[in-house]
Amino acid sequence: MTTNPLPQSPLLDATGVTKNYGAVAALRTASLSVLPGEVHALMGANGAGKSTLVKILTGAIKADAGRILIRGQQLDIRSPADARRAGLLPVYQEPALIPDLDVLSNLRLTGTPVEPFRAWVRELGIPDLDIRETARHIPLAILRVLDLARALAVEPDVLLLDEMTAALPANLAEKVLEVVRRQGDAGRSVIFISHRFVEISALCDRATVLRDGATVGVVDIEPGVEERIVEMMLGTRIEKTRVTARAANDLAVADGGRPRLSVRNLQLGTKLNDVSFDLANGEVAGVFALEGQGQDELFAALAGSIRPTGGTIDVDGAPVKFSHPSDAIQAGIAYVPGDRAEALAMQRSVRENIALPFSAALRKWGPIRMRREQMVVSSAIARLQIDTRAQGEVQRLSGGNQQKVTIARWIAAGARTILCFDPTRGIDVGTKQEIYKLLRELASQNKSVLFYTSEMEEVQRVCDRVIVIFGGRVVDTFPVEEADEAALMRAAYGLPRGAKADVGILAEVKPGSSAEAAS
Amino acid sequence: MTDTATMPQLVSFGRRLRRFMADRPLIPLIILLIILVAILQVLRPGIVNERWLANTAKFAIPLAILAGCQTMTMLTGGIDLSVGTVATMSAFIMATQIVNQDPTVAFLLAMMPAVLIGLVNGIGVGVFRVHPLIMTLGTSLIGTGFLQVYQRTVIASGARIPDFLNWLGTGVTYGFPNALLLFVPVAVLIVFMLNRTGFGRLLYAVGDNERAARLSGVRYWQVITALYVLSSLLAGITGLLYIGLIKAPSLSLAEPLVLPSVAAAVIGGTSIFGGRGGYTGTIIGALILTVLTTLLTILQMPEGGRRILFGLIVLFVTAAYLRIVEDR
Repeated sequence: MTTNPLPQSPLLDATGVTKNYGAVAALRTASLSVLPGEVHALMGANGAGKSTLVKILTGAIKADAGRILIRGQQLDIRSPADARRAGLLPVYQEPALIPDLDVLSNLRLTGTPVEPFRAWVRELGIPDLDIRETARHIPLAILRVLDLARALAVEPDVLLLDEMTAALPANLAEKVLEVVRRQGDAGRSVIFISHRFVEISALCDRATVLRDGATVGVVDIEPGVEERIVEMMLGTRIEKTRVTARAANDLAVADGGRPRLSVRNLQLGTKLNDVSFDLANGEVAGVFALEGQGQDELFAALAGSIRPTGGTIDVDGAPVKFSHPSDAIQAGIAYVPGDRAEALAMQRSVRENIALPFSAALRKWGPIRMRREQMVVSSAIARLQIDTRAQGEVQRLSGGNQQKVTIARWIAAGARTILCFDPTRGIDVGTKQEIYKLLRELASQNKSVLFYTSEMEEVQRVCDRVIVIFGGRVVDTFPVEEADEAALMRAAYGLPRGAKADVGILAEVKPGSSAEAAS
Repeated sequence: MTDTATMPQLVSFGRRLRRFMADRPLIPLIILLIILVAILQVLRPGIVNERWLANTAKFAIPLAILAGCQTMTMLTGGIDLSVGTVATMSAFIMATQIVNQDPTVAFLLAMMPAVLIGLVNGIGVGVFRVHPLIMTLGTSLIGTGFLQVYQRTVIASGARIPDFLNWLGTGVTYGFPNALLLFVPVAVLIVFMLNRTGFGRLLYAVGDNERAARLSGVRYWQVITALYVLSSLLAGITGLLYIGLIKAPSLSLAEPLVLPSVAAAVIGGTSIFGGRGGYTGTIIGALILTVLTTLLTILQMPEGGRRILFGLIVLFVTAAYLRIVEDR
């Protein structure tokens, strides 16, 4: 599939890699070929199979089928240690140093030579590292750089970097990119996983694009190639899906007045930078983002789970500060987390789970009015059509029914705003439809919903408006009529809207300007 | 609950029985209790009479109330090892203060350390997130130390068991021990609280999934603080009842009840990991342990052998019971 056959033989050549989880194919016929001295980007939308492929290459999991050649030799990589011996070393997003050991002990543990490590650390822009410092006390950004230095110190043939620059401040990111670039010049190869076109265009020679578990193309990085990459990631779904504006949308506009929720300049460490948007009454606003772009933190901050470090949140025009989820609930804002295990008391009954918020406040600790509770709970169960055959313990319910219980709780509690974080993850199609319908119903009752999803199709089905987040910033906001898949995908990768020809690939994405354009 | 109904022909009798037991966890406990009583009757024909029943109840009641403290704390994934010290302190202070004080004043003084220790436990566990095992063990040791200091100050005045406590602890009216006058309301209150009040719901919710409770607006520290204060108060009251039964104030009065109280709650089906269990099972658990003690006493074994056997039986019963009830 190589578009540009080079005379050299590839350093790493994986073909026909397949991995099934039960009936689900995570990878079908994925391939990846990396030449010596090349920085090779691995790209794909969420769920395309990037991480599965990476795990197979580094020996964390075993492929069901496929062939992996390193320097032309077929190797059976069964463990991370095997991969390491074969010269393949990953640097993952999560810091890999053992927190309770100092840096030196961590190096000894992996048999990393100390002097080259120090040299790399200096090279990467940290002149004054105390090698005796306990890893726990080192800031996250520095830890990631140390992970990289540790990998570089053993001089691997193929270095695998997963979102290497994600948590780094600009000056460190620059150094890292510089070092990675030189790595290629020195004849070693780098597999570079990133969502940032700017970095990829500055750094990479070629890119392999995955879609639905298969390699759909290998392209040379040249000006204008990002369009082709986006097309490949979307595949046949590129044709515009026509979406009509919703009636509820007009209602929201007609409502005029104050927005239900107004977020301004919200900031949270390095995860959220300057997020601003409004949520109107009677509106379902979608939040679309690639993984780890700050959406988790945004929802947690709005739900009162974590405190933002800057910015303001207004509810019905009045400023609020949430220090506990109960503050948000008081303001009528409820959070439905993506992970059901986070929201449910699994050993308790459906009824107790739905009624849980009723008892939360100190003044509600007294005797429960069982009849009334029964009525409220039953009507919520009926509204969501929860299958109550196994209602004694929530853990006996199917995933879809469990998710319904987490939503029913807030319907019963009469929350005016619901923050739904990927509510349809891992549930059956029928239940998905019911949840879409329910969210629209809520909007028609003048309630508001903030709906994060990683599936573009859901945006069009449910939302009135889409807010796209990239790198902790709102990069674009558009009405659902304009939110076709290509537009969403481009925005999610931080590419400017409607500027295909004018903007070269090296053009810096200026979040400030696009956010302005959006509002 | 009815997923067995889909394939009735494939479900064996044993599995149906287990399913039945899992839905009604009290039944195997009651059966075990009856078996123990039957063995006792066989070994010593005629021992099971009205007097024996009243006596068993008298000794089971203090254990059952302390086991109530364990049940409630275990529902949240905690434990309260300070109940023994708290009970001892209340009893000892009551017995020494009654000599010179008005009974009401003596009672209030006796309950003071209970409230204090409960508050410290609750704040330590709920706010500072100290593990309940460590927290309550720590306050228990501190309490014992204070009691030793206190003992020196009252050594001259001596001690007396108030008549009322004597009546409550040992008295029998129409064949019923007077202690039931205290126990029945306490038991009803605990059962009602666990099943029918917001606070009870929160104990289960916090123990099952603290994060979910938090997302539902529950403030963990409030629940935990209230819980440990309540637990300590119950322990204090148990101490007063127990001194009426034992009639000899000492610095380790209720200490021997601590581990059996944990055992009674566990045998009664309350999970030490939280979120699962109830007080009715605990009451039967306390009865089982009391009958078992009697049984071992009449076997005329040396004390050491008796303890070994007691421990083994508790282990076996708990393990077997959990296997029957945990149907998964």
